[in-house]
Amino acid sequence: MKIALLSDLHANLRALDACLAHARGLGVQRFAVLGDLVGYGAQPAEVVGRVRELALAGAAVLQGNHDALAVAPPAQIRTLDESGSAWTHARLGAADLEFLAGLPLTVSDGAAFLVHASADQPQRWHYVTNAHRAEASLAAACADVAVRYVFGGHVHQQTLYFRGSSGRLMQFVPTPGAAIPVPPHRRWIATVGSVGQPRDGNTAAMYAMFDPGRAELTFHRVPYDHLAAAAGIRAAGLPEAFALRLEQGL
Amino acid sequence: MKLLEPGTVVDGFRVVACLHAGGMAHIYRVTYADASRREPFALVMKVPRMTAGDGAENIVGFEVERQILSALAGPYLPRLVAAGDLAHLPYLVMEYVDGRTLQQLLDDTQDPLAPDAIARLGVAVAQAVHSLHQQDVCHLDLKPANVLMRPDGQAVLLDFGLSSHAHFPDLLAEELRPAIGSPTWMAPEQVVGIRGDPRSDIFAIGVMLYELATRELPFGNPQTTGGLRQRLWMDPVPPRKWRPDLPEWLQEVILHCLEPEAAKRYPSAAHLAFDLSDPRQIVVTELGRRTRSTGFWRHFRRWLRAAGMQYLPSALPSQQIGRIPIVMVAVPNQDVRDATLYSLREAASRALGTVPGARLACVTVIDPGETPGHDSASSETTVHRRYLGMLRQWAQPLQHGGQAVSLHVLEAGDVAQALLRYARGNHVSMIVMGAATHGLQMQRLLATAPIKVAMEAPCTVVLVKQGLPFDRLANQFNPP
Repeated sequence: MKIALLSDLHANLRALDACLAHARGLGVQRFAVLGDLVGYGAQPAEVVGRVRELALAGAAVLQGNHDALAVAPPAQIRTLDESGSAWTHARLGAADLEFLAGLPLTVSDGAAFLVHASADQPQRWHYVTNAHRAEASLAAACADVAVRYVFGGHVHQQTLYFRGSSGRLMQFVPTPGAAIPVPPHRRWIATVGSVGQPRDGNTAAMYAMFDPGRAELTFHRVPYDHLAAAAGIRAAGLPEAFALRLEQGL
Repeated sequence: MKLLEPGTVVDGFRVVACLHAGGMAHIYRVTYADASRREPFALVMKVPRMTAGDGAENIVGFEVERQILSALAGPYLPRLVAAGDLAHLPYLVMEYVDGRTLQQLLDDTQDPLAPDAIARLGVAVAQAVHSLHQQDVCHLDLKPANVLMRPDGQAVLLDFGLSSHAHFPDLLAEELRPAIGSPTWMAPEQVVGIRGDPRSDIFAIGVMLYELATRELPFGNPQTTGGLRQRLWMDPVPPRKWRPDLPEWLQEVILHCLEPEAAKRYPSAAHLAFDLSDPRQIVVTELGRRTRSTGFWRHFRRWLRAAGMQYLPSALPSQQIGRIPIVMVAVPNQDVRDATLYSLREAASRALGTVPGARLACVTVIDPGETPGHDSASSETTVHRRYLGMLRQWAQPLQHGGQAVSLHVLEAGDVAQALLRYARGNHVSMIVMGAATHGLQMQRLLATAPIKVAMEAPCTVVLVKQGLPFDRLANQFNPP
């Protein structure tokens, strides 16, 4: 059964709905949300609502750093990210906050290990941006010998790491839409990209689709109305930088 | 794995006999074990020789071959039927392809092959390789033993264990590793570790053509890295030095494939097939004429340059091969106005653009009724010559830019079908033809040739509207 892996939704309902429709169109029946449901975007309550529906239908949902911030906004604001957390907190109902607070940091699902950032100290939110960091995350996850696949988000880039013939992990930048064979006799670690805030110069939303039966992983890009999402951010009075990011995909 | 005895059943397949015991794998004829089940075509099973003594490459190569065979389609490779679980019972069951490999062809006869026969083999191999490249796969281990010729002359490529697929992680890639492949046929960029350039396969085809033509190897069979690196700077001995009766055009093609710099080779296998399918139109340069080996000082200078040579990884194979187009222009030969011919020429010139190496195939279709039937033995009849002369005159202004221009007269009753067949057969990237504006009103009722071509063409079609006829142009500025 195909599983859609969605991460870093960032309160962008339009992007989330576009990805869900895209995945359902490809026959996806299971979903996993790898954290950062909120932050940056203008529709936190709507996105949390949609994810709670998915969770009720059996989706695995993880907590990300932005979700933790929204649950308990810091008293002392140090960064732009943190400045939005109080705004988000104010827009979420008690049930939504309770839902976010109760999310796990990791989920183990047979051969697949899900985490928002890195399996190596998940609560530290390490960025898996190179083969070295990927190695640390993979090693931590593979303490459980059944694990063959580690899927994460957090870095807003789509990357697959595979073991080269000398045994070192190597980085591979996937072609959107191309099904990549990921046979289970090897171990794989992938960052699935960001649904709600792409940062690679392409404004289209990102997610990945895992098909354990065929042992294939496909990275997708889904165009959505990113200009409307950016307009929503401006209308909500959130920082201009958040709107620009969606408009430019940077 | 040790040899399987006939009668052994593996995962639902019964071993009939061992066909080939190679260094990497055993190949068996197999049938379904269930006697009531008929095979759709003859089957072979490939089982890797994975023992402690075999390198890890062997196992990974097997995995790579399975991935690539499942991702590819077309008549140029054996169809994959089943694959065993790599961790427990590795095997591949695929179509048994009837034919002889180029290696068998080389081994079976010592007689020199006729240049036309070499060209035919070259076209078949290049077409097969182009089909791979279009699917974003580079073979990277082409050699006579891996090319099988079907009885009908079509080439089938075997052994994808070292191939690379642009959309899959390259399981064989590794920083700072010695080059992998067969030293004799390996391209210079492969020597320095670049995998995935389609022009590496062009180089390997060049080595095979050299071998077929001269029975010599252009760079020997080096066993050391230094020996392998020679091809980064060394020109091979011109084939005509080994075999003086070899035509210059064939040497031109072979040495063009063997250029040390990938950018100087044929930009795609389609370009190579194009040249070899009509050798008379090959423009012979110094490359084809040379009969002496390159001198010491020239090699020495190039050796110095090669020491610091950097090869850049190339774009996606399918993009790389499309960069330098083969443009086909359909030139009408009946009831045609100067203004139409002029507009067509302008459009062809624009389509070629400023891309060095782009080629233009000027095609005209004539009615078979025009040529006397009993004269079919001679390929260039008087009628053909007349139309070739017309094409030459038309194309003459286009030849200044150093573009490769070739001229072709096709005989067919159905113009559109003839053009389409030519475009498909030659992997044309763009068709330029007249829009036949006089027929536009009729097109709702009757598909005209341009519309038929535009609908069914395998590539972009540019329909050229003619400029105003010259006599009317004059009137525009001098109203009556």
